Amino acid sequence: MEIPYTISTRPDTGLWNAKVGIWLFLASEVMLFGGLFSAYVFLRLDAQPGEWPHGLLNVPIGTMNTAVLILSSVTVVLAWAALKMRRYDAYWWYMLATILCGVIFLFVKLYFEWPQKFSHYGVYLKPEAREKYEQYLGNHRREEKGLEPRIEITGHLENHEALTDSNVKEYEIAMDPVNADPDNPAMDRPHFIPLPATDKVAKIEKEDVERISSFGPWHSAYFASYFTITGLHGAHVLGGVLVFLYMWLPVSKKVYQRNPEHLANRVEVSGLFWHFVDLVWIFVFPLFYLL
Amino acid sequence: MDASTSLETHGEHHHEAGHDHGHQELGFWRKYIFSTDHKVIGIQYGVCGLIFLFFGFSLMMMMRWQLAYPGQAMPVIGKWLPYIFGANTMPDGKMTPEFYNSLGAMHGTIMIFLGVVPVAFAAFGNFVVPLQIGAPDMTFPKVNAASFWAFGVGGAIMLTSFFVPGGAAKGGWTSYTPLSDISDKGPGFHPFLNGQTLWLLGFIFLITSSLLGAINFITTIIQLRAKGLTWMRLPFFVWAQFVTAFLLLLAFPPLEAAIVMQLMDRTAATSFFLPAGMIVNGAPLHISGGGSPLLWQHLFWFLGHPEVYVLILPAFGIVAEILANNSRKPLWGYKSLVFSVLVIGFLSFIVWAHHMWLTGMGSTVSAFFQTTTLLISIPSVIILSAFFISLWGGSIRFTVPMLWATAFLPMFGIGGLTGIPLAFNSADLYLHDTYYIIAHFHYIVAPGTIFGLFAGVYYWFPKATGRTMSEFWGKVHFWPSLICMNVIFLPMFLQGMLGMHRRWYDGGQGWTLSGEHIWGLTGFQWNTPISWAAWVMGLAQIPFIINFFWSIKHGKKVNDNPWEATTLEWTAPSPPPHGNFVTTPVAYRGPYEYSLPGREKDFTMQNEPVEPSERSKRMAEPALAH
Repeated sequence: MEIPYTISTRPDTGLWNAKVGIWLFLASEVMLFGGLFSAYVFLRLDAQPGEWPHGLLNVPIGTMNTAVLILSSVTVVLAWAALKMRRYDAYWWYMLATILCGVIFLFVKLYFEWPQKFSHYGVYLKPEAREKYEQYLGNHRREEKGLEPRIEITGHLENHEALTDSNVKEYEIAMDPVNADPDNPAMDRPHFIPLPATDKVAKIEKEDVERISSFGPWHSAYFASYFTITGLHGAHVLGGVLVFLYMWLPVSKKVYQRNPEHLANRVEVSGLFWHFVDLVWIFVFPLFYLL
Repeated sequence: MDASTSLETHGEHHHEAGHDHGHQELGFWRKYIFSTDHKVIGIQYGVCGLIFLFFGFSLMMMMRWQLAYPGQAMPVIGKWLPYIFGANTMPDGKMTPEFYNSLGAMHGTIMIFLGVVPVAFAAFGNFVVPLQIGAPDMTFPKVNAASFWAFGVGGAIMLTSFFVPGGAAKGGWTSYTPLSDISDKGPGFHPFLNGQTLWLLGFIFLITSSLLGAINFITTIIQLRAKGLTWMRLPFFVWAQFVTAFLLLLAFPPLEAAIVMQLMDRTAATSFFLPAGMIVNGAPLHISGGGSPLLWQHLFWFLGHPEVYVLILPAFGIVAEILANNSRKPLWGYKSLVFSVLVIGFLSFIVWAHHMWLTGMGSTVSAFFQTTTLLISIPSVIILSAFFISLWGGSIRFTVPMLWATAFLPMFGIGGLTGIPLAFNSADLYLHDTYYIIAHFHYIVAPGTIFGLFAGVYYWFPKATGRTMSEFWGKVHFWPSLICMNVIFLPMFLQGMLGMHRRWYDGGQGWTLSGEHIWGLTGFQWNTPISWAAWVMGLAQIPFIINFFWSIKHGKKVNDNPWEATTLEWTAPSPPPHGNFVTTPVAYRGPYEYSLPGREKDFTMQNEPVEPSERSKRMAEPALAH
């Protein structure tokens, strides 16, 4: 038994099967990420003043990762074009470049961006205690200027034992510049180049603290969406890399030798998926890094 | 067209990348268990789905005891159930509230996602659609098998959740937050292997299964239609499955997103659905807050409403085939039916918030969703009317499939019409979450869809096995089921209008208004006849089960087209071999050419060429009609 139109096109639709399949799959992916992005919008609109953080992510790193993904979208098209021209060697190199781009993207995410968050802490102050820490929050000036209040002091936690030891009565935070110098107008906007935490330490009494948390998914609705969406996106990148790896390995050269069009079709279909993953990142990047 | 694979080339023609060497060489495991053949997968889905349907129904039969005789020890099986479901479920045969909640949540989940969808969409779709469009198989047979096995894993996880400490999910089949975010947590519960978390995990597999299936169905219908089988010559069943596949494809992913978020809430301490300031068991929750319980409802019902049409559209398709076949008349208004089903598919995406009138979304939002909800009743009524008119003037044969199909019509009608008050938020404020709702949607899904499914099982059984199911036992199955269904669900409308709440553990015993009399019984007392009818209906399924398995080997042998039907699946041998057709079918005409004038037979199959003489007669027809 043979299923028609696996490689050749059906005359009246002008399509081969997998091409229909991948576009349908991408439609469902649009709905999946659409659901997540609409959750982001919903939660962000619901957030109280000061609750939605800004400028916590590393924009240059994110920009570089964006460039890496866009580059990989170019190389995967070149790989496909090389197959169409029946130049397997060129294909092999372009595919390798695509795979490396995907790996670099994941490496930056998993070994640099994500782990950083877990060693950075934020202390949410009780509303009545905010006045006491005005020197770190600068809310008087912000109120005059009509800006959202600051409700959190962020930085490096110097005394980790305070998290578990109830005898320690205060948290010592080596503050981020935004809390170290809260009245500086330069701190009203997030910085493109992130500034490291200062050595200025704030001592915050535990009884003034509503909640202390690292910048993990439990920190806020913002980080919850950040980890969920970038995590799911990362899983898609990983899936794409694995598929490309399969097409790059010698096992797929056999497919090429039997029918080069077959491998070209496979690359086209997985390339479409790859472009979609790229496109999702084009939404993720501004939503989390810039806005 | 390279669909020219004929008998001679069959088995010699090798697919470039495939490893299929024809069905003869496959061993038992590859042929019947890990098969990629759409017919085997369809039957696997069907049998599993029917088993799940009966299991889900059994959960409800247990709950009906508690509702009719609250707090009393369950006779006979009461003392055995703790050995199955855990020691704390039914101490001394008395059902605990937690176990009751588990049963309720799992009844809904299992009936919909493990019972009706697998049978209506996956089983009939897999078995029938490729045959009806003259295709050798689905476009992606391996994906098809993956879909079935993802369903299997999802089902296994759901079943496993009964046996973990604390039992299965208790948050209702809708898993509303924040309740389901915080339930099954804390002492006595495993952080991951608890009912609600397993429910979410199981769902991820079920959604994956549906997505893979939906992609496969749509691609198959677009790409593998036989030569000459144009869109307007497709049997209505194929159209119904086509739209259903789109609903699954586009509605399930937002729920998947919501499920991922709830999973994060439960395992990674996020607060997607938890507002700040939550206090549980007297202690504040250590969470960031900032989430929204309403967000879950929106995402859930964005799936939930299209899902209703996922349940009903395949039944429409089945009933359409059977009505045309047994009234020996073309289906009335084929084009209106097709366009109606397309309009339903579209509108079903913009009615979801009518499940949420009680959340106070505001009058503007409510006005929009009331309008769309009422609009969607138009195509539904067109479809139902077309079915009724199809019967008009036909020479009806009341075969067993036809009995189920005709019973479907008024049952679906009752379910549909009682939904109209619920479309208006002012009326729904009163009826919301009462037994009225239970009655309304069960009339659509139980005597509606499930009757359609039984009709389909009896109708296509000869194609799958080459034998028919027993006519007599089919009727023994049908009549008690029809009567019991109505004894179960009709009184529930009345109970609901009294205000009886759908989630009461004691069946309304403790509530004063349920002491009012309707037709001689109080609202609470009505639970008893309802429960007895449910148990009798359970017994009435026994003839079906026996008939089904017995007829596989011992049913009456029949030819390839026992119902004298017109569509392409009846041109294949029964059971069809791997690859389906002896000669590649070509379609020359529409799907319902019954009782063409001037023909010897009263049915003309789609693959019978149009004769020149017939063409001139057809031209003359409109003139005669004047």
